[in-house]
Amino acid sequence: MSLDSDRQLEAFRRMVRIRLFEEALIAHNPVGHLSIGHEAAIVGACMALRDDDYVTGTHRSHGHPIGKGAEIGPLMAEIFGRRTGICKGLGGSMHLTDARMGLICESAIVGGGFPLATGAGLSAQVRGTDQVSLCFFGDGATNQGTFGESINMAAIWKLPVIYFCENNGYAVTTPVATSHGQPDIARRADGFGIPGVAVDGQDVEAVHAVVAQAVARARQGEGPTLIEARTYRFDEHSNRLAIPIEYRSQDEIEYHRRERDPVALYRAVLCERGRQQECEAVENEVRETIDAAVAFARESPEPEWADLWDNMYASPPGPEHARGDRK
Amino acid sequence: MTLANDTVRLSYLQAIVEAQREEMRRDENVILMGEDIAVYGAQSLFEEFDGTRLRNTPISENSFVGVGVGAALTGLRPIVDLTIASFCYLASDQLINQAAKLRFMTGGQLSVPLVVRTSTFYNNRTAAQHADRPYPLFMNTPGLKILAPATASDAKGMLKAAVRDDDPVVIFEDINLWNKKEDVPVDPDVLAPIGKALVRREGSDVTIVSVAGCLPHALKAAEVLAERGISAEVIDLRTIAPLDSETILNSVARTGRLIVADNSHKVGSVASEIAAMVCEEGFDTLRRPVRRVTAPQVHVPYNGTLEKQLFVTRDKIVSAVETLD
Repeated sequence: MSLDSDRQLEAFRRMVRIRLFEEALIAHNPVGHLSIGHEAAIVGACMALRDDDYVTGTHRSHGHPIGKGAEIGPLMAEIFGRRTGICKGLGGSMHLTDARMGLICESAIVGGGFPLATGAGLSAQVRGTDQVSLCFFGDGATNQGTFGESINMAAIWKLPVIYFCENNGYAVTTPVATSHGQPDIARRADGFGIPGVAVDGQDVEAVHAVVAQAVARARQGEGPTLIEARTYRFDEHSNRLAIPIEYRSQDEIEYHRRERDPVALYRAVLCERGRQQECEAVENEVRETIDAAVAFARESPEPEWADLWDNMYASPPGPEHARGDRK
Repeated sequence: MTLANDTVRLSYLQAIVEAQREEMRRDENVILMGEDIAVYGAQSLFEEFDGTRLRNTPISENSFVGVGVGAALTGLRPIVDLTIASFCYLASDQLINQAAKLRFMTGGQLSVPLVVRTSTFYNNRTAAQHADRPYPLFMNTPGLKILAPATASDAKGMLKAAVRDDDPVVIFEDINLWNKKEDVPVDPDVLAPIGKALVRREGSDVTIVSVAGCLPHALKAAEVLAERGISAEVIDLRTIAPLDSETILNSVARTGRLIVADNSHKVGSVASEIAAMVCEEGFDTLRRPVRRVTAPQVHVPYNGTLEKQLFVTRDKIVSAVETLD
């Protein structure tokens, strides 16, 4: 279940897309929870999925649709708050949900995605498809009640769900070591009677391998798996947030940026395999893609007042909705 | 052979079970989940449908409501039985932050055709943690449709309409109506419309808007008032959100007087919203101040003698009407 030659380059492309997307945001628009440092974890997981598999994500949402292969322009426009954004400028940075790629929710309520991913798994099982559902969440979310509640339901019903933890070591500023009775998050799987696997989250092929195994298991009706990808957030929790204390050392940050950069690590692997020119071509192509996305976002119109009303209901909402403030 | 106008005598609770059976037969994407449904409420459905579409859930209210949301986002039409309305608070994150908001937050990419059923367990000596009528809290959340049927026919027809609706619907059922029997349409395609109040009794002197289980008391009050020469119009609200302002305003325009009977606590109640709406939009037609007949702003006691005194009765409505003259 390893990545073939084409898929290796595609994985690299998606990782570079995430990195350059985030760097463009730093340069152009100071909003958001950046995924820099998480690229291998996200892309490794997504490369094990099909286009019709479901994904739920988190407030750190930018990487998930890019990892799943979404078009870049509407994602960028969304962060700029534009009407051409994937969510018409109504969702924003924490909610880059591209339903065309199987994303059903990027929840800014920590732990909010567990039940939704579990429900998508239930749906696949009831409808008799072999789709799976992958739930991205952070280390902090494992302390929400929905973590245990949802995994338990997936376990008893053998739902095709992969619970994928992007463990970057910190819930905003709170370390895993001081907030988790069992900081070894993969071991929490034992409490639900399902497999739990920890993996180096900076190694995209290693992540892909464990997720592919969990996906195969899920498609065969054998139920959920908990995966803990050990990764690192290179920037602050959010680039609007003032951090008044030093909750992690500069040495630690510098070490990860220097030695544990997932994009650099994978580039080195591909270069060793004699693919340097292809990597450079991918990097140039992605730069153009990102530049075009920024231009598209900047030129796009803002949403309109009527859009607030038009996106509330799927069925006719009744006469009250047409009254009052809408006019 | 079934004729279009055939009816069958059913209780409010039986009507709910029939609605679920018919909708599960009609659409294989309809599933039912909740705590102990195999023993309470859906026993007979287990004889007809297999366990794939009927799920007894663990005691995890927030997550099993959210599982319903996730299933609704991906092709199913789940009915989630949340048992007792006081448990809504446990599930409020998934109801408010996810179910109600996901369509909007995704710019209309997704829809959440979810039905959450829950029962208001008041007047049943279950004390304050089981006896709430929390629908006003959810009325303050855009994106949710909130129903409160007061008859067996509506319990069936509104649940069926909710299942076929593409938005999240929360239905508050009233246990004080569970055993009330009525002739209920047999035709599985008879629906009761969402968003439409119904004039249950016509009158010209005062409008009584009845919320949820207040209806039998409001109708009895109208009879007493008629004996005293007062002609009361009784409106069964049926849908709490979206509010049918038009039916209420039209009635008040004729009667000039408004009483709202609502078993939720007074502050921020459905009655408060209706009173405010009529004061804003129908003030010129009012000949007397609006009166709310609600539960007071104290918790539901265990003691049955005290509990009974909290809620709307025929006599409280009659007294409120009499203060208007």
